[in-house]
Amino acid sequence: MSGLEDLYREIILDHYRSPRNRGDLPCPPAHKGEGFNPLCGDDVVLYLLADGGVIADVKIGGNGCSISQASASMMSCAIMGKTFAEARAINEAFKNILSIPDVDSNGQDVGAGETGANQEVSLGDLQALQGVMKFPVRIKCATLGWNVLTDSLDELDSC
Amino acid sequence: MTTTDAAAAADAHTAAADAHTPAASPVPAPLDGAKLKADFPLLTREINGQPIVYLDSAATSQKPHSVIAAMSDYYDRYNANVHRSAYFIAEQATTQTELARQKVRRFIGAAHTEEIIFTKNATEALNLVVNSWGRTNLANGDAVLLSLLEHHSNIVPWHILSAERNLELRWIPVGDDFQLDLSNLDELLEGVKVVAISAMSNVLGTLPPVSAIAEAAHERGAVVVCDACQFVPNRVCDVASLGADFVAFSGHKMCGPTGIGVLWGRRELLEEMPPFLGGGEMILDVSTEGFLPNTLPWKFEAGTPPIAEMVGLGAAVDYLSGVGMEAIAAYEEDLVAYAQKTLKDKFGDDIAIHGPADGPRGGSISFAYRDIHPHDVSQILDQYGVCVRAGHHCAKPLMKHLGAQATARASLYLYNTREDIDCLAEALSKASEIF
Ligand SMILES: Cc1ncc(COP(=O)(O)O)c(C=O)c1O
Repeated sequence: MSGLEDLYREIILDHYRSPRNRGDLPCPPAHKGEGFNPLCGDDVVLYLLADGGVIADVKIGGNGCSISQASASMMSCAIMGKTFAEARAINEAFKNILSIPDVDSNGQDVGAGETGANQEVSLGDLQALQGVMKFPVRIKCATLGWNVLTDSLDELDSC
Repeated sequence: MTTTDAAAAADAHTAAADAHTPAASPVPAPLDGAKLKADFPLLTREINGQPIVYLDSAATSQKPHSVIAAMSDYYDRYNANVHRSAYFIAEQATTQTELARQKVRRFIGAAHTEEIIFTKNATEALNLVVNSWGRTNLANGDAVLLSLLEHHSNIVPWHILSAERNLELRWIPVGDDFQLDLSNLDELLEGVKVVAISAMSNVLGTLPPVSAIAEAAHERGAVVVCDACQFVPNRVCDVASLGADFVAFSGHKMCGPTGIGVLWGRRELLEEMPPFLGGGEMILDVSTEGFLPNTLPWKFEAGTPPIAEMVGLGAAVDYLSGVGMEAIAAYEEDLVAYAQKTLKDKFGDDIAIHGPADGPRGGSISFAYRDIHPHDVSQILDQYGVCVRAGHHCAKPLMKHLGAQATARASLYLYNTREDIDCLAEALSKASEIF
């Protein structure tokens, strides 16, 4: 069952069992974004509190499978305290390891952006999610929260 | 050959077949699922090094060799458009497709061949009813009664029409026993123009009392639309005793191909209804001023039909009739009882089955296993070659009532065996080792 071990790494199961930054933030001042996977009904709610181009606080809500929820939890740790630009770079680097182009939650390609730089981004624990690659139907679960992040940052940038 | 000649030829053929059919024996011959498996090429496959255990027949069934062969025979030997030309293979194609219509008529006990309308699937059949009958007969503010068990295909078309006509959609609730709660049926039926109900739930396996509901609806002058997508493949279907006015189902869930479905409707109603889609095949005459629609059933079959699929569906009906629908129903009842007992005995309170615990029920077993998400359950089962579906099963209003975002669903058919159920239980126990 080597395949399953690649998918359900200990670090992933740990984030699933004990999700980090779980909860909500008052909106405003925080920004709320939500994404659904219509195939399986998973949803991820992302609360971002921005402070001058920096993500000052993150909370995650929603329900779903281990991969969607663990990935969102890991994302919350990775982007906490980062600038929008850094968060975008992490987002891009993460999606690169799943080798899919940067898309918004409607599946629209929003451009891979100025790549190259993100080779330097260290993904740390997030690397564990690469095992999802072997299970193509689960890639949508792994990227659900990240697509919400793309949309949320776009909205925050435009206001 | 004209369409009418083709139908007559097909009729003569069926009459001959009818004459040679031995009288139905009162006790169905018991069915051997393990033996039937050999008829289905796909079921000999291995997945992840293990024999496939296919438990997703409510989504789509596997196809027996005879169906696949009938379809390739059409392409190999008599591929031609139907109802259009006088040459030999075109006549053969026309005769074979009309023969398939006859087979379906007999299979569901319809009185008239022209009541059998071929569509793309059950979804298109239901959309046909809503668009043609609904648009003609429903006025602003009219009430439609649905059940909470419905598949999206028997909900969304009504929502779409409602956006134009401001229909009042009412819902028959589902009780704690997973049966329709009919205690307020009289009130719910008050002033209702149409009742749209499923004959077998694709999520819970519930078998609503369609004929009783239809009788009550008819007393109020309402028309009854029945989604028999799960019912027709698994139970003896006799449209006369079912009592509905329209019945929809899909070929691909009854051992037939995808791309073909059936709408049966009472002839009097179908005759009054305007065409749904326009184009070739569905007209008698067209001028610069207008058109004259064709007679039934072709009035509702615009464009070149799915010819190979009609032939394939005919072969599927032959296959199911050969095994015997009574035997299939009895076998599935036994197997679903075995499955429920096996899962309960092995997992106790760790498993919750959303569906009637005993009594007659269909072969869909939706369950929650511990607090493991259904998506993860199905992923782990897949590693053991066990195919089950996870999700909302296109029944979101029902899922909301169950308080579940998603469920895992194992669904049975004639080729499943007790060993398949044992494999499911065994694979499920592995999920505990990971979570
Ligand atoms: C109860 C029920 N109704 C309708 C449908 C729709 O069938 P199709 O997608 O073949 O049109 C299905 C199958 O998914 C079903 O199970």
